[in-house]
Amino acid sequence: MTTTTAPAALAPRQDRSAPWLLIAVAVVLTLFIVVVPLIYIFWRALSEGWGIFVQNILAPDTLHAIWLTSVVAVITLPVNLAIGTSAAWLIARFSFPGRKALLTLIELPFSISPIIAGVCYLLLYGRQGLLGPVLAAGDVTILFALPGIVMVTLFVTSPFVAREILPLMQAQGSEQEQAALTLGASGWQIFRRVTLPNIRWALLYGAVLATARAVGEFGAVSVVSGAIRGQTNTLPLQIELLFNDLNTVGAFAAASTLTLIALVVLILKTVLEGRTA
Amino acid sequence: MSLAISHLARRFGATEVLRGIELEVPQGELIALLGPSGSGKTTLLRIIAGLDWPDAGRLSFDGTDWLAKSAAERRIGFVFQHYALFPHMTMRDNIAFGLTVLPRAERPGKTQIAAVVDGLLQFLQIGGLADRYPAELSGGQRQRVALGRAMATQPRVLLLDEPFGALDAQVRRDLRRWLRGVHDSAGTTTIFVTHDQEEAFELADRVVVMNGGIIEQIGHPDQIYDHPATPFVARFLGLTVELPVTMHTGRACAAGLDLTGLPRRAIADGAATLFLRPADIRPVPEATAPFHVTEIASTGALLRIVAQDAAGCRIESEVPRRDGRDLAVGQAVSLRAAAGQIFPTGAPIGAVPAETPYTLKEARP
Repeated sequence: MTTTTAPAALAPRQDRSAPWLLIAVAVVLTLFIVVVPLIYIFWRALSEGWGIFVQNILAPDTLHAIWLTSVVAVITLPVNLAIGTSAAWLIARFSFPGRKALLTLIELPFSISPIIAGVCYLLLYGRQGLLGPVLAAGDVTILFALPGIVMVTLFVTSPFVAREILPLMQAQGSEQEQAALTLGASGWQIFRRVTLPNIRWALLYGAVLATARAVGEFGAVSVVSGAIRGQTNTLPLQIELLFNDLNTVGAFAAASTLTLIALVVLILKTVLEGRTA
Repeated sequence: MSLAISHLARRFGATEVLRGIELEVPQGELIALLGPSGSGKTTLLRIIAGLDWPDAGRLSFDGTDWLAKSAAERRIGFVFQHYALFPHMTMRDNIAFGLTVLPRAERPGKTQIAAVVDGLLQFLQIGGLADRYPAELSGGQRQRVALGRAMATQPRVLLLDEPFGALDAQVRRDLRRWLRGVHDSAGTTTIFVTHDQEEAFELADRVVVMNGGIIEQIGHPDQIYDHPATPFVARFLGLTVELPVTMHTGRACAAGLDLTGLPRRAIADGAATLFLRPADIRPVPEATAPFHVTEIASTGALLRIVAQDAAGCRIESEVPRRDGRDLAVGQAVSLRAAAGQIFPTGAPIGAVPAETPYTLKEARP
């Protein structure tokens, strides 16, 4: 009779405690830094029952804040896609004087605190600001209104799309586009049929990141919006306001809505990726 | 009817990549641009395609100035070294691409495009792959699809950049013959770039040897092989043995060498350099000769024999194994040259040798 021995039985016994320890540390950290706070938002929001939760969300000021945040997100997304794609295309495909400077400029909003962006806008477009008299004369309102909120949100979110697709475009090189060119395609045809399909996932990812940031932006918007209830209060500002009013359920209800929007965007991206990839 | 290039120059920063290219390619010819990397051959191809632009010079096709036209307007087909297939399209869509981007007025209908693509798939012997994506194909199959895509618009000139560079040896040889067949039946003027002389010689009607941004020689493969026009071409084509000789009334002489097999040359008396292929040198036993065999190594079919004289001059030769049976290490031999090329010593690289036994149609600057 022959005895068969599994190869693993002959292998030297390894100390398996290190991997388990690392996994445990990662799980505990994720739990307490991400998962528990997220669940807690919903738990607190629903702590006084479904009715109170709905009532809080349907409060006119909160409802308006949700509406305003959605409007800002819907306006900034296409602008971000257009600017980010053109900038990445310019930097990846052409060499021109100032290319490095443009690259730095695109990344600038990443390194500047959003509140500084807000203050800059205040100093530039405010009533006492540099362009204040000109804007007042033309009866144009930027600060403490939708235009200011959209502009400062664009400032903060503008790097996301370009940063996502630029490395991809640089790695892919321009051979496919040159091939399309020799086959007689026009610039638009090359972009739509060759460039765009190649960068679509990075573009989607950049759009998701930019939108999530646009929806959640607090610092810069808080400076330029003036936080007028029911008028210029975005969702994050509304949450802070409710929180300061000691309306905990209202704050958590608004917060849970914001979280829900973010989660839906993320799930949407995952589903889209899974379907086409 | 033909492609004409004159005085073409291109520099990248301080580097002169092309320095005065003169070339004419008649309709239907298959031309190889052969040279080491950095010789400017790919830049020349890209300029013909309209993917790069020269700093000076002229490029015309059938008398029309191509430098005034964009790549899209020239109606050329370009096959990239790494194929540059569109990864998100099937083979069918890749091949149809050039037809689907035509202006609406010239664009054939869907069924017509499908018919053209089907025809090309059959012609290129890849009919079964129509609905696959590039990632699902082998290198050789991708090469065929890339060629099909370039041919779908019936280009007037077909340009290929290192078409077999990324393939293994067996596939290379098969595709080479296949490409020659495709060229012969399609009749398109074809220019391809290669650094592999075997590839250039087997495939091309004429070979253009380039080096350092200039054309060193243009000619039929056999002409170039037998009569390299410059020391560079000689070295590039394997005439690796270089020996100092003395010219006397058109004949080269050197101690221990039997050069009577070489034709007389119109080169002035004095110092010259003889270029030989190791395979064209035959060691012959001779008791009084200055050379001694110092090494004999067998590669199977060939014997590689190294002979050395008292001054330390080493000459390598290759002899079929059966013909080298009577040779032994230490034996005194004289060396007989069956063929070779002679250039006056001091001739600048790239200069026309004193005599070439054939006439170059192309005017050289």
